[in-house]
Amino acid sequence: MNRCPSAVSSINLPEGDDLRDFIAGRHARGRLWSTALLASTILAVIALTALLVNIVDGASGFVAIENAVDPQSLSVDGIALQDLESETLIQIIGSHVSAAVVRRLESEQPLAKRSRQDLYELVIERVVKPEVKQGWTLSESIFGREEIQVVVAEQYPKAQLVFRSWLSLDFLTSPQSSVPERAGVRTALLGTLWTLLITIALAFPLGVGAAVYLEEYAGDTFLNRIIRTNINNLAGVPSIIYGLLGLAIFVRSCAPITSGAAFGRGDPTTANGRTILSAGLTLALLVLPLIIINAQEAVRSVPRSLRYGSLSLGATQWQTIRSHVLPQALPGILTGTILAMSRAIGETAPLVVVGATTYIVIDPSGPFSKFTTLPMQIYQWTARPQADFRRIAAAASLLLLVLLLAMNATAIVLRNHHSQKGCL
Amino acid sequence: MTGSAVCQTSRPIPDAGCAIEARSLHVYYGIFRALKDVDLQIERQKITAIIGPSGCGKSTMLRSFNRMNELVPSCRTEGKVMFRNRNIYDSGVDPVEVRRRIGMVFQRPNPFPKSIYENIAWGARINGYRGHLDELVEESLRLAALWEDVRDKLQQSALALSGGQQQRLCIARAIAIRPEIILMDEPASALDPIATLKIEELMRELAERYTFVVVTHNMQQAARVSHQTAFFMMDADRAGYLVEQGPTRDLFTNPRDRRTEDYITGRFG
Amino acid sequence: MTGGSEDLAPRARSATGGRFLQQSHDLRKRPRPGDMLVQGLLFFCGAVSILTTLGIVYVLGRESLLFFTHKGVSLLEFFTSTTWQPSIGKFGVWPLVTATLMTTGFAMLIALPLGLAVAVYLSEYASARARNILKPVLEILAGIPTVVYGYFALSFMTPLLRSIFGRDVVSIYNTASAGLVMGILILPLISSMSEDALSAIPRSLREASYALGATRLETAVQVVLPAALSGVTAAVIVALSRAIGETMIAALAAGAGPAFTINPFRPAETMTGHMVRISSGDISYDSMDYDSIFAIGSLLFVLTLTLNVVSRRFVARFREVYE
Repeated sequence: MNRCPSAVSSINLPEGDDLRDFIAGRHARGRLWSTALLASTILAVIALTALLVNIVDGASGFVAIENAVDPQSLSVDGIALQDLESETLIQIIGSHVSAAVVRRLESEQPLAKRSRQDLYELVIERVVKPEVKQGWTLSESIFGREEIQVVVAEQYPKAQLVFRSWLSLDFLTSPQSSVPERAGVRTALLGTLWTLLITIALAFPLGVGAAVYLEEYAGDTFLNRIIRTNINNLAGVPSIIYGLLGLAIFVRSCAPITSGAAFGRGDPTTANGRTILSAGLTLALLVLPLIIINAQEAVRSVPRSLRYGSLSLGATQWQTIRSHVLPQALPGILTGTILAMSRAIGETAPLVVVGATTYIVIDPSGPFSKFTTLPMQIYQWTARPQADFRRIAAAASLLLLVLLLAMNATAIVLRNHHSQKGCL
Repeated sequence: MTGSAVCQTSRPIPDAGCAIEARSLHVYYGIFRALKDVDLQIERQKITAIIGPSGCGKSTMLRSFNRMNELVPSCRTEGKVMFRNRNIYDSGVDPVEVRRRIGMVFQRPNPFPKSIYENIAWGARINGYRGHLDELVEESLRLAALWEDVRDKLQQSALALSGGQQQRLCIARAIAIRPEIILMDEPASALDPIATLKIEELMRELAERYTFVVVTHNMQQAARVSHQTAFFMMDADRAGYLVEQGPTRDLFTNPRDRRTEDYITGRFG
Repeated sequence: MTGGSEDLAPRARSATGGRFLQQSHDLRKRPRPGDMLVQGLLFFCGAVSILTTLGIVYVLGRESLLFFTHKGVSLLEFFTSTTWQPSIGKFGVWPLVTATLMTTGFAMLIALPLGLAVAVYLSEYASARARNILKPVLEILAGIPTVVYGYFALSFMTPLLRSIFGRDVVSIYNTASAGLVMGILILPLISSMSEDALSAIPRSLREASYALGATRLETAVQVVLPAALSGVTAAVIVALSRAIGETMIAALAAGAGPAFTINPFRPAETMTGHMVRISSGDISYDSMDYDSIFAIGSLLFVLTLTLNVVSRRFVARFREVYE
């Protein structure tokens, strides 16, 4: 065995100036690539910022509004329309609106008993009849103000140019409408909340239960290994597949239950299973793997010593879990659940398949109602060709993002609070 | 590049016996001072052991010799480390070149998750080796006394080797690029006694060509292996400092400092 | 954990009096129906996931079977024909598959290089502060609902493409726009998972590389990245599966109508897009169209499941080495 070869030092590595140039070249390459990596990161951030900017951009901007009747012409004795007394407003309605319509309005609620504000809005809606002729995005409104004014002057000489935020209180409280400027997300928002309620009521106990079983009880048996693998695989199944599952099982096979007919609670006009209940159940199955995985992590992070302490006092395993493990894991479980819910709140594809109805003006009243949700509305409005629907799609997206941000922020606060406590 | 002075091998080196030398070296991690005012000379083609109680800055001292400390973001170094007549902490000196010339073997074996062959060849390749890689790999493995063990499985993953073999592979990897100095940070602490013995034999053999600086917490090992020993301790602020330095035999049989004597006779921590 | 060690100590029934101490001499195992019930309930919770999978397989299988027993529909035609026109009884899945492959291809074209670059940058170059800001930002953006990305595709990406390549070349609906936006959607997925894999590589490996005189780039690309390869591969495969199953972007931006084309600027309906269009229309449950979406769903399920299983294999391999 030759352990000491003679020519150890004469090895063909660069020396002197060669070495200097060689290292300089490597450093240059390194700088080039690190610039490229930084540029990629910036590009990624830009792409993602473009998304947000695009939505904010679409959600407000100039609109050219044309009124059927100029509000100024309605002023009486130099008093502007919005300052007029109730009686005068009723007179205006009487003189501009057909008698049949007035009768209908009276039968809904006598005009004399309505507040001044209501009457004013009625005048605007029925008499002034503002109509959005064209809308512009925020960026167009800021950078192309003069051009917009020229366009408006040429094409809509009677129109007024107003800056409008499409995401407004009216937008939140109005039901659906086929006219974009009057459409709102009230029904969709309620539909989303109802669906989420059912999802959470089902997925949370099931998910936490499964996590506790897998972490505390399940041994390394074949069945348990299958369950573990299966949960991970389920988490990767495309959401639209869950839609198909919900369609076949909840909507079609279980129609008597999910439509409420079995309980005599269903809506007889639409006695089918395309209800909030079906949607909630479908989304519950969809987020279940996420909740389980997150809850498992939370349960796993509870120190062993805590369990030993409890067991050594003669507590049973379930007593140990209920009084020590679960309370300790709760913040983590809640954080995971909120994150799973923020997934559910944005899901669209499974709901399309399950059959969310897109045009609904009546508020959903319970699990057996027909429904629409916020993301469904965004989908529907985006798919319309008219530009104004894009504006309200943007406004609804913005609303959805705000909701999501609030949920994520809650989750982060909860997590930080938890980790601070963990340090004590 | 400005790192040229280090590479000029033609220039005569004044202090021929000294491979690398720390002068008034202070090392800080954030506001914590890990090393205080160290003056330490490492002799050429000798094994120098750095001993001392744990936490006294032995590893920090070792890592200052090839600027590995810089990889810790909060680390700051004052003073000089003279290598080939130049302070390696000068702004003009390239740490990449410093490390090319001063190799390192770590406490735990850390082979790359590549084949045995690639583990050796990679360092040479990135450093611009233009010769026969096969020969270099064989020669390096022979020098590390590993060739006979692995000659038939060069393409297998290095992670499949035993701990002791992995550590010898790391030594082979370090000497494949022919550094002048090899720094070893407790190279045998994660190994069993037999593997430790092999590493020690290897160091003695390689010391004919290379300069070794070895951190060890094992005094027997220092006494067995090294020619020179430096003893470090820490003061009340937990800052490490050099107590004394000298030929190993002298230091162990006839320490000049009382603290050294206490430590080597076991009267201290 | 199911062992009976905790049963050795009987429960204290009363905190006072010495009676329970006397009882404690009896170390017999005793039945605990309550605990058994709880354990049974918890097992049921775990089993729901199995039921879900069985449900998916059963539903997809049964409805697909129904579809293929229709007159004029054959498995062979389904997998070989390039025409999907239910009105004339042509059910060849290829137009939908090619559209899906195109959107996925574009998505990977964007997300793979950018996602990896972001991951390497975050893990090997960025300061801890930059990383702590960028990672959560990317993760939150990964949580934005896909329908919002669909809006983005139609209102931003498509106009952008049309202004670059011309309105005659680029249709209002096209697979390129859908694919590019899908790429933005899965970018955080790739970068986040890959960054996790890169960060899991032990420090000692980087130190070994630096100690040999490697530069930062050489360490990152030639040592850390190959070491994390199985983890990174898992991330890429998961992203691939996500892109194939991605629905709303495709439904909104790729086009409504199967078309066998490889022109990325022409409209073409993806598998998922087709399923959405059929189920959002007023088509009767008993029609062949309706059954057909289950057949497409089965194909989609098999594809994504395979990818996920493969990805998990890679993750397992990665864990074996580093955890």
